[in-house]
Amino acid sequence: VPGLGASFGRGAATNFQQDLANSDCVLFMGTNTAEAHPVAFRWPMKAKEKGATLIHVDPRFTRTSALCGVFVQLRAGSDIAFLGGLVNYVLTHDKWFREYVLAYTNASTIIDDGFRDTEDLAGLFSGYHGDGHTGKYDAREGRWGYEGSPAHDGEPPAKKMLKEEPGIQGHDLQAGTPAHSVPRKDMTHAPEGQPPRDPTLQHPHCVFQILKHHFARYTPEVVSEVCGCTPEELVRVAELLCANSGRERTSAIVYALGWTQHTTGVQMIRTAGILQLLLGNIGRPGGGIMAMRGHSTIQGSTDVATLYDVLPGYLPQPAADQEHETLEAYVDHEGMTSGLWSDFRKYIVSLLKAWYGGAATPETDFGFSWLPRVDADYSQLAYFDRMARGGVKGYFLFGQNPGGGGPNAGLHRAGLRNLDWLVVLDWFEIESAVFWKSDPTGPPPADIKTEVFFIPAAAAPEKEGTLTNTQRMLQWHHKAMDPLGDSRSDAWFIYQLGKRLKELYAGSSDPKDQALLALTWDYDFDEEPRLPDGTASRIEGEPDLEKVLQEINGHKLDETDRRTGRPRLVTGYSELNDDGTTACGCWIYSGVFPEPGRNRAKDRALTENPVQPEWGFAWPDNRRVLYNRASADPAGRPWSERKKLVWWDEAQRRWLGLDRPDFEAAKPPGYRPPPGATGMAAIAGDQPFITKPDGVGWLYAPAVKDGPLPTHYEPVESPVGNLLYPKQTCSPTVRMFEGPLNRLSHTPTADFPVVATTFRLTEHYLSGPMSRFNSWLNELQPEMFVELSPELAAERGIVHGGWLTVRTARTQIEARAMVTRRLRPLRVEGRTVHQIGLPFHWAFAGEVVGGNANDLTSLVADPNVSMHEAKAFACEVRAGRLGDHPPGPTVRAVRWPTRGPVPDTPAAAQPEGSFEHGH
Amino acid sequence: MFNLPVAFKPQPYSRQTSEKASRLRGATVTEGVCPYCAVGCGQLIYTKGGQLIDIEGDPRSPINEGTLCPKGANAFQLAVNPHRVTQVLYRAPYSDKWQTKPLRWAMERIAQRVKETRDADFKARNESGRLLNHVKTIGTLGGATIDNEENYLIKKLFGGGLGVVSIENQARI
Repeated sequence: VPGLGASFGRGAATNFQQDLANSDCVLFMGTNTAEAHPVAFRWPMKAKEKGATLIHVDPRFTRTSALCGVFVQLRAGSDIAFLGGLVNYVLTHDKWFREYVLAYTNASTIIDDGFRDTEDLAGLFSGYHGDGHTGKYDAREGRWGYEGSPAHDGEPPAKKMLKEEPGIQGHDLQAGTPAHSVPRKDMTHAPEGQPPRDPTLQHPHCVFQILKHHFARYTPEVVSEVCGCTPEELVRVAELLCANSGRERTSAIVYALGWTQHTTGVQMIRTAGILQLLLGNIGRPGGGIMAMRGHSTIQGSTDVATLYDVLPGYLPQPAADQEHETLEAYVDHEGMTSGLWSDFRKYIVSLLKAWYGGAATPETDFGFSWLPRVDADYSQLAYFDRMARGGVKGYFLFGQNPGGGGPNAGLHRAGLRNLDWLVVLDWFEIESAVFWKSDPTGPPPADIKTEVFFIPAAAAPEKEGTLTNTQRMLQWHHKAMDPLGDSRSDAWFIYQLGKRLKELYAGSSDPKDQALLALTWDYDFDEEPRLPDGTASRIEGEPDLEKVLQEINGHKLDETDRRTGRPRLVTGYSELNDDGTTACGCWIYSGVFPEPGRNRAKDRALTENPVQPEWGFAWPDNRRVLYNRASADPAGRPWSERKKLVWWDEAQRRWLGLDRPDFEAAKPPGYRPPPGATGMAAIAGDQPFITKPDGVGWLYAPAVKDGPLPTHYEPVESPVGNLLYPKQTCSPTVRMFEGPLNRLSHTPTADFPVVATTFRLTEHYLSGPMSRFNSWLNELQPEMFVELSPELAAERGIVHGGWLTVRTARTQIEARAMVTRRLRPLRVEGRTVHQIGLPFHWAFAGEVVGGNANDLTSLVADPNVSMHEAKAFACEVRAGRLGDHPPGPTVRAVRWPTRGPVPDTPAAAQPEGSFEHGH
Repeated sequence: MFNLPVAFKPQPYSRQTSEKASRLRGATVTEGVCPYCAVGCGQLIYTKGGQLIDIEGDPRSPINEGTLCPKGANAFQLAVNPHRVTQVLYRAPYSDKWQTKPLRWAMERIAQRVKETRDADFKARNESGRLLNHVKTIGTLGGATIDNEENYLIKKLFGGGLGVVSIENQARI
């Protein structure tokens, strides 16, 4: 979630789910929480019971809309226009929270006078290189930095650096300016410490004035033209948010994939960040921005970093550049002078110690050169483009199904067909495992070379470990039983593969093999592992995952814990050093395992404290509401009794409260950094955004690749042009992988006049690997369908329950028609625009099969995170089916999974009815 | 007040009736977390005799307070499911069918394939002499549906050990 990182400093949801019950107003946008995250939706419903106003803004009327007091229908892909309208309303009606904005945001910061806004350059920012479609920004040349920062008077870089290539370091937007070739600190750090500010907000180049100027054209009338809602609807939402924000009240914004899956997704989240900062809702109970994520540990896998461009804890993966050649250069380029990132060297050296152990010494640069360098975009989308062209040989799938769920899934399958070998770890024979025999659009098996290994994976109750949920909370799940047959946990597979590879390479003196040979790889159980009922596990070679979590937590290598005879565990990242005396696998998780036997992810204690700090462990440092210093005023007093969370206690000279303060516990509100201060000492006592080098929330963010401020652009495929910036239809920095396998119909397209958006159903999961082999769920949602309005159905002769065919520039699919008033035609650009909605759960493998919405979408990528655009693309619909009917299900439905009686249970307590029930 | 005389008499319960109880009684209870979305609902996993017999929402969890959505309530069928593959399947190049294989055979062959590919394609430096130390013809995908520790081991082994750059998960979909 780099949109959040760019605004506040950390790329994660700011608050926790139960906290939504404390909101006075909740705006749901880009999410259908009631259906996609039903259990989480209980908390805003509790707020509603207490009188809160719930608002839903979405292309479709859903169960979320039905339970909200206000519903606004808008055109898919027009979210920035709508949010920009809200920002403009707040600014022009003077509804912003003055004290909060002045103290806690960069509103008063003065920007380089060379910066030019989209208002001045017809939809582009200064520093643009490209043809208006697929270019990039040079932030230094465009002078996006703070006035007085080293980048301000710097010459443009003399040579081209790889890091300027689109996609490189795309994901790392925790702070600073890693998206560009400029050293991170050079955009925002003034030599004398704090950047120049104008507290009167009158300076023409201060952020506040730039912001006003930038959003001035997002008037209710223009927004209505772009989005298809009425001006009154926009004003009503704005009034409700303003009335429910301030000292006494807080509003929250909730979003999900409906925002992220756009080529402008990062900027949608950025606009929400600007709005929440202006209204003073960040760091406060009932406020914040909740990112509702889709997978059980999508947050964790991003934190621990199974991503090509980041190392664990959001340290950038080094690039093939001079600036990253040595540890010294890398730290100098990526570290910051002030704030939490000033300890950058401690984090990277401790990671190298965790990975390379005794081989990581000052003499070997701690093994820094062993880390693989990034020299191009290796994200999923770009990599499958490469694979489809034959540039990849071997691939592993750890519980992901690109052949069914990848954007433009047909291209993903073409990629899999071009591999030499593929290893699939999964539970069922999903699309990505049987693409060579069951894909109705693919060639016969005799034409497919790929060697496929299917390793049966352990089910969730058959393994243990931590999952990080959508609110950054790690929860350990315990192993209840051994895996079935030859199925194994992914951990077992990785651990055993690593052991075999180390054996295969043993004794090699080739420099390329030294990293593997040095890699610490010893996670054997000290004692034979036992199952909860006391019996011994029959699985041999399972790694002890608590040892892995301890490695992630970190150790003091020069101190021995007398209880274990091993290096002492650290209690948090503040204990890390940069000289090789500490090891830590992921600094932001530090503190999760502070002493032997104390795995805080296992904590399950309930207390009187509504924050429930002893249930699980939230990173960082078990803080549940990020930036919660902002819940108190600059002097350290709660903004109001009703909204108190943490505060300064003068008697104890400490920050106290319900939550763990996201601030140095003993730093008084009146602390002011002395001249030349660095590190945390450079952050004043009233600056709550401690990972930002200037300690404040960023209304203006010079770190984002597609611009320091959000701007409305149309999707890559849209039937209408850009009404706000007619010369600039789409985002000027999108990457398009156009080719025979990925044809695009560019904006404004006349061939595909209907706007399509995809969505998740309550009863299915992703492309179906975890739901379409499950009869209970299949019975609830048996068949692919497409939602469309009665008006569109009438125009095309489509009847409810009958067949329709949806066609995009890629391919076409068939589905049942769900003719419903949940979708209605919108007036956009003075004409009628129809929208359809497609669930993305069906494909060709499983008990139930059907048309795959993911086959329709395209491979295009936003510049920041290589995200595709499944939430808004162009299509055409017609009545009727495809010519040749696709084959049926690949497995026969099994209605009841068990046969025998429940063991150790009297006959009278057995489930009633026959075990053959349903057959 | 009056009492019905029947309340004082021995009742004609059958043995079956008196043994009526929840089938969860006596089960081993293990704390789990729902494997579907990122809400993180607590689950209680019930086993008897080493066999999974039920999964319910954890009533103590402050997130879900015992509730589960339809997918979470399906967690049992996700684990106890006749469609689950329990042996290694192998598809030879150009073949039209699976063969079952021993796990050890597969592990050895996969390790061999990784080594061959890596040894052929590992690059220490690029044309202009910049450090690469990577192999770009092998990649991994996935991580958001498995555990954090497994993600960490993937990044460590494939990235830190083998020099694989394209390590990716569901963050882009």
